[in-house]
Amino acid sequence: MPARTGAVSPARRVPPISTSIAPSDSTGRPGDAGQPHPLNRPGTATEAGPHLTRDASADTSTDTTAAAGPTGRRRFLTYLLAAPTLTIGARLGLDTAAPATAQAATPGAAQAAQAAHAAAAARDAAPPQLLGLPGIPDVIDLGDAMILAGLPTSHLLVLEITPAGRAVLYLPRLEVGQGLTTAIAMMVAEELDAKLTDVDVPLSDGRPELLFNQLTGGSNSVRSLYDPVRGAAAAARARLVTAAARRWNVPADSLRTADSAVLAPDGRRAGYGELAADAATVVLPAVPGTPKPADRLRLVGTPTGRIDARDIVTGRAKYAGDLQVPGAVPTVVARPTTVNGTLKSLDASAARAMPGVLGVVQIPSGVAVLAETFDQALKARDALRTSWNPGPVAGLSDADVKARLRSAHLPFLIPPLLTQYVDGEFDFAFVNHAPMEVLTAIADVRPNRAELWFAAQSPIVAQQTIAAELGLPQSAVTVHVVRGGGSFGRRLFFDAALEAALISKAAGRPVKLMWTRNDDMRHGRMRPASHHRVRATYALGQVLSWEHRAATVKTDLGHGLGEALSAAGFSLSVAGLSLAQAFFLLTEKNPYNVGVPTQLLSELPLAVHTGSWRSVYSGSVRVADEIMMDELARRMGQDEVAFRRARLRGAAGRAVLDTVAAKGDWGRPLPPGQAQGIGYHDEHGSIAAYLVELDATDRANPRVTKAVIAADVGRVINPKGLEAQLTGALVDGISVILQAGNHLDNGAFREGSYGDFHYARQRHTPPTVEIHLLPPSGSPGGAGELGVPAASAAVANAYARATGTSPRSFPINF
Amino acid sequence: MPTHTFVLNGQPVTVEAPDDMPLLWVLRDKLGVTGPKYGCGVGVCRACTSHLDGQEFQPCTRSVKDCAGHTVTTIEGLADGETLHPVQEAWLSCDVAQCGFCQPGQIMAAVALLRRTSNPTDADIDQIQNVCRCGTYPRIREAIKQAAARQPAQP
Repeated sequence: MPARTGAVSPARRVPPISTSIAPSDSTGRPGDAGQPHPLNRPGTATEAGPHLTRDASADTSTDTTAAAGPTGRRRFLTYLLAAPTLTIGARLGLDTAAPATAQAATPGAAQAAQAAHAAAAARDAAPPQLLGLPGIPDVIDLGDAMILAGLPTSHLLVLEITPAGRAVLYLPRLEVGQGLTTAIAMMVAEELDAKLTDVDVPLSDGRPELLFNQLTGGSNSVRSLYDPVRGAAAAARARLVTAAARRWNVPADSLRTADSAVLAPDGRRAGYGELAADAATVVLPAVPGTPKPADRLRLVGTPTGRIDARDIVTGRAKYAGDLQVPGAVPTVVARPTTVNGTLKSLDASAARAMPGVLGVVQIPSGVAVLAETFDQALKARDALRTSWNPGPVAGLSDADVKARLRSAHLPFLIPPLLTQYVDGEFDFAFVNHAPMEVLTAIADVRPNRAELWFAAQSPIVAQQTIAAELGLPQSAVTVHVVRGGGSFGRRLFFDAALEAALISKAAGRPVKLMWTRNDDMRHGRMRPASHHRVRATYALGQVLSWEHRAATVKTDLGHGLGEALSAAGFSLSVAGLSLAQAFFLLTEKNPYNVGVPTQLLSELPLAVHTGSWRSVYSGSVRVADEIMMDELARRMGQDEVAFRRARLRGAAGRAVLDTVAAKGDWGRPLPPGQAQGIGYHDEHGSIAAYLVELDATDRANPRVTKAVIAADVGRVINPKGLEAQLTGALVDGISVILQAGNHLDNGAFREGSYGDFHYARQRHTPPTVEIHLLPPSGSPGGAGELGVPAASAAVANAYARATGTSPRSFPINF
Repeated sequence: MPTHTFVLNGQPVTVEAPDDMPLLWVLRDKLGVTGPKYGCGVGVCRACTSHLDGQEFQPCTRSVKDCAGHTVTTIEGLADGETLHPVQEAWLSCDVAQCGFCQPGQIMAAVALLRRTSNPTDADIDQIQNVCRCGTYPRIREAIKQAAARQPAQP
């Protein structure tokens, strides 16, 4: 029996929430021997790497599908849970890092991209270049580590078929617009042969037994849930078929399923709802509970609208602030004049006397005002007479932060003594996450229990922390996870929920706390400001070395990721790494053969609120690298696309680059002041390239006029959702490179709202956006953050080419 | 406390509120109408965009007193029962929304634009100021054009 990471003994498979267990493992899928993941295809540097492959041929009970095709590596551990209606549990986090599945049928629309793919393969003999070293993320990336962290938890993803015929998948993740609930519903509908409209995907309350398996981040949700969700749905389908076979006394393998029903050859039909109770008694299904091979997918891979779209366009979609929790009163907080300042004096007498005011409560971060309406709370907050002690960074401004970052750098290793070289230094400003829905949390804290409602990316850590702060056992705190109005990393942190809990406890009543836009701009979290030094040496047409030194204001990663990485076996203290450095090593790599690359992170501890911002370190590190690739290409007299192509380590990456260059008509002449720009990035098992055209005739108001995007994310679940993510990343790139950032002035952030934080509006975005998805293959990669570095780089490079300048500080117009 | 009477989504309502209370909080906190969202409170994000006598406005910067005697339409009042407005249909057809938080305001702004200009150009669409932090702008543009093409004569 081959060694298998995360192998579990039968005893450990028993999930605590079930009383009757019937493991219904099934292994292998026809066609599993198909194409591996895009970043691990033959020809890429990663093929020699120790990929996280687990052979699951051991320890299986029912493998009835092996005869149908090559035996694959995957297995699907599912369990029948004791319940009056069919309820299936699936192991979370199992085997999702294994390489994957068959080549799917290619949609017609993607044929051009496929041709480009093939052409790239034919030209695969890239010009001879010095081999670069693969980065750590080529071998194991953050997503793999997060999946590994989930392996030892034998807890379950739960799918229930109700007597009313609903298929309900309880999702241990947060929906913030990334389209996850739709993608998950598609997976369930696919494997159940259910109608998409019969599937519900509610967000699970915080489930502490899931340990590391309820953290939404790292572009990891589809990657980590694809197998468990399909496994659960396929196991449910097998039991529904078996129940129908028993009812009709016919062989189970004569039945088929479609549109949420089991169908017999004689025309009899039984809906899933009417079979659900019988199916709950099927211990051993008579047909295999194995997910479909790729060539039989009918819904996965098909452009599909969001399942909640109608709720959204009618205003029925409910965010935390829209919930009516009995007795929860509108609450806002007066905050210090500088970041992390403290209250010096308070006179609340005038505020307390104002109409509608229900209470004034002091908390560590400020003074809370409770009132009958938010308007009354805001007016009373403004009537508080307060004075504040300066915070720890009072007196510090952007220029000081920049100077400190410059002096925090680790030195370059390779002195450019005998070779030619290019140096570049880059500054990136603080950037607020600024999700449209401000932080909002409802808390109802009673003497012996607490209940919270908010959009939580890390509900378990929130629950633990809030319980500790309230002096309650963790089990006495319930976290209800509510859809979020955007996040971009912001809702990894539960600042508002913790405050709401403290206020509710102090006031002795339920509260609905809302941060104002000002609160989140001035006291919320930021992508940390960073400074980058990049040096590349070259000689005789070869890049000899590539050194990147990133110095960033310390990123707060205190939301459970550290615990997850430790659980995955990353002994941070032994390795002498900080959590941030581990994160950096797991995410940052140079995708090109550029001799000997080194990338080092230095962190500047600063008492400002930071956090992972969509694409985290890649949003600055890879952008600086991509700008340097352009400058180096021009220095060496080469075309920017050809220069990259010759050095990209992976054939799949070259196919994406070729596609975007061909579709975007790279090199087409443009009038003076306008130019194209290119950006490339691979991460999360996915690849993206952006080609933008930018008009910088008016340098104060540059406009991206066209964008062409190509991406290969392996198995695409929902092309519409993927395209939405790639488009959002484009708008992020336009914003953070050209115009959106936050200034630190004497310990306070200057911007207060969208009036001065210039996130792109309609007039800043290109009227033409084209997206080309490469043919689906393998298992799904992550896509939520993928596009940001490539889009940012493309915009910066287009600006440089249009203006003949070398932009070094972002946003450019700041 | 003063009372204010206006027509909200086709129904007359009377509400007790201070004269200077922004309509947004009257809608959300007193009337339970939560389609219009708070995103800034100062009229720049426009997540609360609704219609006053058929014209676009931001309830976060308009007092309830100023709305008395007028007709207020929020996203909840745009559809005709279960029959969606053509702009809502276009939003579904183009799968515009991501997080969805700004979309009630975006839709109300688009409806107002189409009332002003039945066949808007790209430059007309560029005049919409509503922020979408998810960056759904290209699909908003597409949906507005689709709605315009299907509904040449807006009432």
